Amino acid sequence: MSTATFRIWRGEKGAGKFQDYTTEVSAGMVVLDAVHRIQAEQANNLAVRWNCKAGKCGSCSAEINGMPKLMCMTRLNSLPLEKPVTIEPMKAFPHVKDLVTDVSWNYSVKKSIAKFKPRPPDAPDGTWRMAQKDADRVQEFRKCIECFLCQDVCHVLRDHQMHDQFIGPRFLVYAAALEMNPLDVQDRIPALRKQYGIGLCNITKCCTKVCPESITITDNAIIPLKERVVDRFFDPMTKLFRVFSGSAR
Amino acid sequence: MAEHLTHEHDVLVIGAGGAGLRAAAEASAAGVKVAVISKSLLGKAHTVMAEGGIAAALANVDDRDSWRVHFADTMRGGQYLNSWRMAELHAKEAPACVRELEAWGAVFDRTADGRILQRNFGGHRYPRLAHVGDRTGLEMIRTLQDHDVHLGIDVFMEYTVVSLLKDGDRIAGAFGYERERGRFHLFRAKSVVLATGGIGRAYKITSNSWEYTGDGHALAYHAGASLMDMEFVQFHPTGMIWPPSVRGILVTEGVRGEGGVLRNKDGRRFMFDDVPPAYANQTSNTEEEGWRYTQGDKNARRPPELLTRDHVARCIRREVREGRGSPHGGVFLDIAWIKDRMPNAAEHIKKKLPSMYHQFKQLADIDITAEPMEVGPTTHYMMGGVRVDPDSQMSDVPGLFAAGECGAGLHGANRLGGNSLSDLLVFGKRAGQHAACYAKENSLGVINSGQVAAAEKQALAPFERDGAEGPYAVQHALQDMMQDLVGIVRQEKEMLLALKRIQEFKARAERVGVTGNREYNPGWHTAIDLNNLLIVSEMVTRAALERKESRGAHFRDDFPVKDDKFGSFNIVVRKGPGGEMHIRREPIPEMPLELKQIIEEMK
Ligand SMILES: Cc1cc2nc3c(=O)[nH]c(=O)nc-3n(C[C@H](O)[C@H](O)[C@H](O)COP(=O)(O)OP(=O)(O)OC[C@H]3O[C@@H](n4cnc5c(N)ncnc54)[C@H](O)[C@@H]3O)c2cc1C
Ligand code: SF4
Ligand code: SF4
Ligand code: FES
Repeated sequence: MSTATFRIWRGEKGAGKFQDYTTEVSAGMVVLDAVHRIQAEQANNLAVRWNCKAGKCGSCSAEINGMPKLMCMTRLNSLPLEKPVTIEPMKAFPHVKDLVTDVSWNYSVKKSIAKFKPRPPDAPDGTWRMAQKDADRVQEFRKCIECFLCQDVCHVLRDHQMHDQFIGPRFLVYAAALEMNPLDVQDRIPALRKQYGIGLCNITKCCTKVCPESITITDNAIIPLKERVVDRFFDPMTKLFRVFSGSAR
Repeated sequence: MAEHLTHEHDVLVIGAGGAGLRAAAEASAAGVKVAVISKSLLGKAHTVMAEGGIAAALANVDDRDSWRVHFADTMRGGQYLNSWRMAELHAKEAPACVRELEAWGAVFDRTADGRILQRNFGGHRYPRLAHVGDRTGLEMIRTLQDHDVHLGIDVFMEYTVVSLLKDGDRIAGAFGYERERGRFHLFRAKSVVLATGGIGRAYKITSNSWEYTGDGHALAYHAGASLMDMEFVQFHPTGMIWPPSVRGILVTEGVRGEGGVLRNKDGRRFMFDDVPPAYANQTSNTEEEGWRYTQGDKNARRPPELLTRDHVARCIRREVREGRGSPHGGVFLDIAWIKDRMPNAAEHIKKKLPSMYHQFKQLADIDITAEPMEVGPTTHYMMGGVRVDPDSQMSDVPGLFAAGECGAGLHGANRLGGNSLSDLLVFGKRAGQHAACYAKENSLGVINSGQVAAAEKQALAPFERDGAEGPYAVQHALQDMMQDLVGIVRQEKEMLLALKRIQEFKARAERVGVTGNREYNPGWHTAIDLNNLLIVSEMVTRAALERKESRGAHFRDDFPVKDDKFGSFNIVVRKGPGGEMHIRREPIPEMPLELKQIIEEMK
């Protein structure tokens, strides 16, 4: 059996430092396995979130060698083990302890988005009809496991800390799932433009790159929503007028 | 007592999985003040991991299906130890509960005419599982979560209940701590719903997460409630076995529902070799017929791979024991072979089983569209739990309700796949409704400060000890022991030894010490959970000793056949007056004639 060293952020409420732990590693291990071994053998009080250990619950998000990832889906054989593997908490949220951050902001954002409101049922037994191809589009978004890694990398949140003006890619995906659900009759377009701040996204696609569920966040969710906002608020005549009056932005 | 932060609600729901969230929605709809507590963040409970689907006789794919067939299938699967009343309510009410999820925003896979699609699953006569690819649990928990957050329910995320509080015989609330700061909280409530899930962490190889330490089972036990069917632990036949670090992670039965087959190292489909008589009429005897069944041919019978889980798990164990296993001690599960039968098989597999494709690709470097998987049994589900009134879900303790995996009754000796998610909806809803009624009819109970002080003292004890041993070492030793001595195949001698070991572990647990402070300290949490695991392990072992026969998920080497004598009662566990564990046999109530007739007709 060989060993590897893990450089883990330890501390509370933002204050802390990296600490090195060397532990045994074996075939097929993922980063979360190593963290668990360290927790069981060397640091019983090491704080870390996890539940499913199979990439399904979105609890174990962290930054591994600087890359936002799920610890349970990151194989050690995908990392250079000659040097220490650094493991840090997500940066876009307030720190709690060790690898744990306070993600409660995400839950309050979710609450602020108008909920699903279906049209009246299609059939007398209270059910609806939906083609699979319409379901497909929404199901891509509904794969989201709320790991918040996309929120973590979005510069609007991470660097500019505009949590009060921008709901972030996760919730644009959520809004897209609702808006593109063929049964839904609620209108979230005005809110997308104002409260949800969709205009702040400048389509860097960093969110799409880190999504462990491979949701095409920018192309399939954000851009179509931006188009709907544009169609609603900037109809062709006004746009034309703006172009001619030189006020186009 | 006054120093504890105190909250008051009409209904307190402990657990935010499918059962808890459904219960909370129903209670809230009844107009009472509701709180939900969960150990993890919202949306992360075990329900999120469910893959295959929700069983409900919607009859969208095969119109021969009805509640009566679903009822008969559930009873047959449970070897008739089920509460027939719960099985009846469940079969009748599940379809409406699934439709309700759609009304709340769930987007299921569709049939060609746009209705909810249903798939085949073990032990279900017709395609019955409403599903979303292989991530049905995610769809369900997200739908319930997104529905509940708009209902004005107070949600306490990352809080753990360590004790239930009573006022005389009745429930008065619960006492627990918050993970982040380690502070204690007192929850006063007129009624309490337990929806804490299962006990899989009592075993080494399991598909279950850290949360599954049987907290609800232990809380109910200490509060004086009865538990039943604790000997029935479901070992799912197909868990991952290689590499070692993923051992136990579930491979959904959906793989077999979509045409996946089991083979031993000689390439033989060994499931054809041993079909139990009760299922002989419904099982195909050629590979050809089995394939047609998975492709929706209504005249074909199901392949033997889709027999009940207990049976498939034991057949796999036999192959491995007799030297016909795969290189890492399992058998082969092959879905890639369907490329001989259909064009675009690889695309089809990725579409139908996306997370399985992902899971194997990422964790085991295996492309399931091209090569077989290696699988073996894994601890999966607890049939046993709090004994409840079938209609209201109330336990023996007035005001204390239980629903979902921590309750008992619906599944008897063995649960059919898909019957858990529907269980959560049907009985979560009922528990919520009746807990709200109880709350309306009763006032808050009085809090006994002695109980609170005792619970606090016990929870903090690990900090007082400089124990040489940490909690993880004891937990791992217990898991190894349960796996070895009270696993898939049991015998008296080993279980008596297990009881002895449990006493030793209890003594070790009493000495376990933890380091650090109370803020987000997993070592401390594990030390607390350890007591629950120990109680649950003892309940399982004692109940398993008492059932001297083999039935459903409970298999005894020393009593390898089913014994009718044991088919007439459930084994019930309760804490005796002196704190000792009490075991009794409780006769199953007589089944009404019309239900008996349904079972006869469907034989
Ligand atoms: C991998 C996998 C796949 C599955 N697939 C299927 C399937 O396809 N179909 C099917 O029908 N079933 C399936 N099952 C079974 C099913 O998912 C579970 O039985 C079901 O989700 C349990 O739901 P629940 O609401 O009872 O509990 P859970 O969803 O487990 O929720 C328990 C809740 O209780 C909380 N809790 C526990 N203890 C405490 C405490 N002390 N204090 C506070 N809160 C506490 C937890 O935090 C959690 O919120 C599967 C199970 C697994 C593991
Ligand atoms: S594409 Fe938009 S949402 Fe995504 S990271 Fe870039 S700015 Fe943020
Ligand atoms: S969209 Fe992707 S990255 Fe963002 S929270 Fe969901 S699963 Fe995670
Ligand atoms: S533990 Fe669930 S996603 Fe990693």
